[in-house]
Amino acid sequence: MKIEAVVEEGQVKEARSSATLFRGIELILRGRDPRDAQRLTQRICGVCPTSHSTAAALNLDSAFGIADKIPDNGRIIRNLILGSAHIADHILHFYVLAALDYVDIAKVAGYEGTSSVLNSVKQFIERGELGPFFPRYEGDYRLPEEVDQQMVAHYVEALAMRRKAQEMLSLFGGRMPHSVAVVPGGVTEVPTVDKVVSFLWRLNELRDFIDNVYLPDVLALAEVYGDYFAIGKGCGNLLSYGGYELDGKEPDLTKRERLFKQGRISTNLKPGEVDPNRITEQLQHSWYASSTANRNPSQGETEPEEGKDGAYSWIKSPRYNGQVYEVGPLARVLVTYARGEPTMKSLVNSVLARFKTSPDALFSVLGRHIARALSTKFVADSMPGWLLQLKPGEPVYIGYSIPEESQGMGLVEGARGALGHWVELKGGKIANYQVVTPTSWNGSPRDDKNQPGPIEQAIRGTKIKDEENPFEIVRIVRSFDPCIACAVHLITPKGGKLGEFRVS
Amino acid sequence: MPKSMTEELPVIWLQGAGCTGCSVSVLNSVSPSIKNVLIDEVIPGKHINLRFHPTIMAGPGEAAIEVLEETRQQEKGGYVLVVEGAIPTAQGGIYGVIGEERGKAVSIVSRLESLSSNALAVIALGTCASFGGIAAASPNPTQCLSVEEALKAARIPTPVINVSGCPPHPDWFIGTLASVLLFGLPKPEDLDEHKRPKAFYGALIHEHCPRRAYYDEGKFAKKLSDPGCLYELGCKGPVTYADCPVRLWNHGVNWCIGSGGFCHGCVEPAFPDLVSPIYEKIALSLATLMEN
Repeated sequence: MKIEAVVEEGQVKEARSSATLFRGIELILRGRDPRDAQRLTQRICGVCPTSHSTAAALNLDSAFGIADKIPDNGRIIRNLILGSAHIADHILHFYVLAALDYVDIAKVAGYEGTSSVLNSVKQFIERGELGPFFPRYEGDYRLPEEVDQQMVAHYVEALAMRRKAQEMLSLFGGRMPHSVAVVPGGVTEVPTVDKVVSFLWRLNELRDFIDNVYLPDVLALAEVYGDYFAIGKGCGNLLSYGGYELDGKEPDLTKRERLFKQGRISTNLKPGEVDPNRITEQLQHSWYASSTANRNPSQGETEPEEGKDGAYSWIKSPRYNGQVYEVGPLARVLVTYARGEPTMKSLVNSVLARFKTSPDALFSVLGRHIARALSTKFVADSMPGWLLQLKPGEPVYIGYSIPEESQGMGLVEGARGALGHWVELKGGKIANYQVVTPTSWNGSPRDDKNQPGPIEQAIRGTKIKDEENPFEIVRIVRSFDPCIACAVHLITPKGGKLGEFRVS
Repeated sequence: MPKSMTEELPVIWLQGAGCTGCSVSVLNSVSPSIKNVLIDEVIPGKHINLRFHPTIMAGPGEAAIEVLEETRQQEKGGYVLVVEGAIPTAQGGIYGVIGEERGKAVSIVSRLESLSSNALAVIALGTCASFGGIAAASPNPTQCLSVEEALKAARIPTPVINVSGCPPHPDWFIGTLASVLLFGLPKPEDLDEHKRPKAFYGALIHEHCPRRAYYDEGKFAKKLSDPGCLYELGCKGPVTYADCPVRLWNHGVNWCIGSGGFCHGCVEPAFPDLVSPIYEKIALSLATLMEN
């Protein structure tokens, strides 16, 4: 991903978000056996493959006509696998992908205590070869020395925790990344008592970390960097597909009961419905043939056209009713909150009380990080209940025959937000497969009406204190948790390059 | 302060047309942990200095790109280049870029060529980098090549080690890197015909599979989630060289076949096209597969 920001008199006048990699997975899927989609679509992303595996399974369930027949054990195990992935992913994001913008590892050089972890980091610093932590921006690390050192220790702990969450996932998923057990019809792995208990105690360790390390760290950071409640607001419209099936009998996933609720919401917190037919992908500023523009993904086409006039990204511009929407943990947390889910209401309200603020402050850099942590806790706390509903010996999978002609759709809240898979079958093979990822929504370029995408809007208007070290921009982009490596440019209106920086 | 006595091995990690799964898998290394690899002397007296990694490095783009150039020049012949993902070559390589120079995007191909020529060795990590993999799957819209193919086309003689897998097991990568640190570059006889370390890729999954007795007795699972041999449901264990049944995955908790989600041959050059459809059984001989 590349972000270009034009800065004039210390303020971002304009921003462009562009994806600089194209592989054509949608094209690669054409003509294949539809069951292969569960395995192949995971390779769209190795950080969030489970989101794709789940969306693909739901997509094929609907195409094969079995969406209301998945055995409960299968439904529950899919939820446990996805939940494990969310836990791993969110811990990775906060500590490994975002925290180094706020936490200064160099402060460990002054550590005088007995922690072997911190002493080994101190020795690392003394040896002087500091990649991959340097080079980096300088000038805005505000945490007091002891808090900062403790955060570094938590970073190291987080590396182990996200690894453990993937091990927990593998109990049912087979392995991570690119698990194998989630399939159309249910799952392939059976629940046994020892797996249930092993999963439970790994989950308990992770919940302890979430409650006593991760969430408190996010809130502590928010206390020190409180100005970031007013930075990076974005487009102010959020969309959630909802996720984690609580009901196995409803074939239509827009009506199905789910843990996270489906809906759209703005700063007024009045939730609206999501009708997937109102999603279109606009292409004016994307490197795809304009003749294929403005289609719902169920009829989408992928015809790359690099060098197209005015285009600047490999990402299309997904829009709902022609409007710009942001997706992600913030979206699913606030939609679930606004729909009155009691646990979520209590979680969000306690945060708002602590910071003495109202929900619209959550439309910000800090709001996204806080929502991500709340989303992690909300899922992790739901998992023991699901785990204990498993019935060893009962089926996990139901067979099916592949229809010659069919259409399917799978919508899920992946770690990064709303993820949709659509398939059309002809002659029992994939005639068309379209994927709209959360980063497509968030990182989208300008659309046909020149409306900038969510990240572009979030950066525009931001005041930059130090153009040599534009912390504000990297912090905004990383709050969205974009799923691709990202490089950022900072240029003056005359085009002279002041600095370039990379956001991951 | 006395100069450090630690021997540093600089590593540059490039991402081509891939998914970052190989990186995530390496993060799952247990012993050594990724913290041990990045921060500690992973072998006494030796430290791996990861200077460039697009996903986990802290730094800003221009300064990061400078790291590439500094390393290329100052550590000539002394750094290891790790490449994850395949190398897109269609339309002059515009389908994948890594940063810019003088305002112009620099393609992955170009970065690979300039960085590999001065490297001690290139580790092609993952099946995409080793053999093309998913990025190069039919119809290969971006004309992806494997690292070895791309280096051959550019006549760059730097030795390549393929640590394939989609993703590779973290032990295969860490083990290969440790071997370089302890014993230097692998000798030709340490690698198989596909330049993969025999230590990890020397035996078929089928040879050590705990379900092999079922296969030998003809007890085949008829539908997913049933016990028994998974060959009739599509298992590619008989044509796949990897030590998964012995090493297991994710700290030994499970593995693909163990979960009933059978092997799909992800370490092989045949992955994915020649082992597809994934859910259909295939011929038992790799030779037959590769002929077709």
